[in-house]
Amino acid sequence: MIRVRGLAHRYGEAAVLDLQTWDVAAGERWLVAGPSGSGKTTLLHVLAGLVRPSEGAISVQDTDLRSLAGAQLDRWRGAAVGIVLQALHLVRHLSVRDNLRLAQYLAHLPQDEARVVETLAALGVADKAARRPSELSQGERQRVAIARAVVNRPKLLLADEPTANLDDAAAARAIDLLFGQAERNSATLVVATHDARVKQRFVKKLELGA
Amino acid sequence: MNLASLSASYLRARPLNTALSLLLLALGVATIVLLVLVVSQVEERMTRDARGIDLVVGAKGSPMQLILAGIYHADAPTGNIPLAAAQALSKHRMVKKAIPLALGDSWRGYRIVGAGHEYLVHYGAQPASGRFHDKPMEAVLGAEVAARTGTPVGARFVGAHGIGGEGDEHADAPYTVVGILERTGAVIDRLVLTSIESVWQVHEEHHEPADEEDRRALEADREVTVLLLQYASPLAAAMLPRQINSQSELQAASPAYETARLFRIVGVGVEALRAFAVILILAAGLSVFIALYTALEERRYDLAVMRTLGASPARLFGMLVLEGLVLAGLGALIGLGLGHLLTALLGAWLEAQQQYPVTGLRWYAEELWLVAVALLVGLAAALVPAWRAYRTDVAGTLAQG
Repeated sequence: MIRVRGLAHRYGEAAVLDLQTWDVAAGERWLVAGPSGSGKTTLLHVLAGLVRPSEGAISVQDTDLRSLAGAQLDRWRGAAVGIVLQALHLVRHLSVRDNLRLAQYLAHLPQDEARVVETLAALGVADKAARRPSELSQGERQRVAIARAVVNRPKLLLADEPTANLDDAAAARAIDLLFGQAERNSATLVVATHDARVKQRFVKKLELGA
Repeated sequence: MNLASLSASYLRARPLNTALSLLLLALGVATIVLLVLVVSQVEERMTRDARGIDLVVGAKGSPMQLILAGIYHADAPTGNIPLAAAQALSKHRMVKKAIPLALGDSWRGYRIVGAGHEYLVHYGAQPASGRFHDKPMEAVLGAEVAARTGTPVGARFVGAHGIGGEGDEHADAPYTVVGILERTGAVIDRLVLTSIESVWQVHEEHHEPADEEDRRALEADREVTVLLLQYASPLAAAMLPRQINSQSELQAASPAYETARLFRIVGVGVEALRAFAVILILAAGLSVFIALYTALEERRYDLAVMRTLGASPARLFGMLVLEGLVLAGLGALIGLGLGHLLTALLGAWLEAQQQYPVTGLRWYAEELWLVAVALLVGLAAALVPAWRAYRTDVAGTLAQG
């Protein structure tokens, strides 16, 4: 599913990521751990094709990311990758339903209302479809953010610090939701976190050095 | 969900900014629309009214006044000229057609024009009801005069001395309406027409000719106000005006030259208004620019998230440009509607003042240009914000939270 060889990324002179070899099989659930500045977020951005690494070869689902030019890469990302961001970043002016439709539209996929309802229902927020993000609780917003990440049935689901600022119970629920949605959508899951509370939930772990 | 609805949702999210941009643009566009409509229609009507009239001959005075009084019936005449001089000129070999008019009286603010049938034929007037005037003291009403005064065929009225409608009434010499003309779109719609003899009769009423000699003396004193001339050949344009102006008692004025001069004078005011409207449109462009640019700061996470959802930089660029275009297009449409509405209101007011009527229902090709210019302003205003959206640094923005 994911194959990384000789990956290195630098911002100017500073090396921010160094990962020689990493292989992930389809359907696996990986934890990417490491202290701040070890390159966890950068690795997620590289996997999503948002950042082109200084060196190295990355292929996701047999697609060599170097072979995709700008707009092709954007298109591929929209359809193949779902991303849950730490700050969620739902679009404030749009309803919950439209946030999901936005994901379908920007990925050049048909806008499938049934899929939107089904996805919201799977995350227990179907009754919030017409609400604005500001009208939801923090927990509900996270469910909507996960729904938006999986509405296009991505093969790769990425989550960046999904449990930061959550209490123990909420953090455990967030991981449950991600596992559940990864399985339901047959997606490979990669979670980047330095949250020690969730480490024992994962069998596969990648430790990035400082 | 598409780019347009996405753009619209962002415009709705900042209603005050959006309303300000729309207001400025609409006011600018409406001002120009008003100018285009009024100037074009007045020019068209003035051209139509002066069609086929190459020269106006009257008493000495201001040539522009002579034109305004003789063709457009919008000013007081410069005076009268002897009938004999007018008749002599009518027979000039360089003159193809000559129409003498006797002016001076009015009825309810509408000019009473003494003229032969050739004047009505010149403007293509047809009776809508009744007939043309035959005998003295018969009158034919222009379409607008009849409509606004509600006067039927057969009605009698008395003219007032002077053109303001406030002079002494010629109560002892009533006119009888024998016909009402169809609408021509020309100046004749706003005139009361009678024979030249009627006008003479009204003014001579008080001293009936005592004998043949007296009658001849009166006839020798007879006058007309203006003579409308059509040249027999282009050569006449070079020779006839000079020849007439060299005579001590006559003046010749060219409608083409004088109306061009009038529009040059009025044109300064029109240009000033137009410049003001252009400033409004540019201010609208600036307002669109500021609205989009300042909104970028709060939108940068949205833009970054849209990139993670698969939007290409070009699509973000397109979204911002579309917002500028939607604002500009909407503002231009509101402006067009407002401009036509204002013109219609002005037209109603002008008609009540018995002035040149204008209508808000006519559309001109210039207005399409105006929409194009507005869209261009919207596009230009959106370019820099759109470029910044295009350049959104996804990883850098998301790393900040």
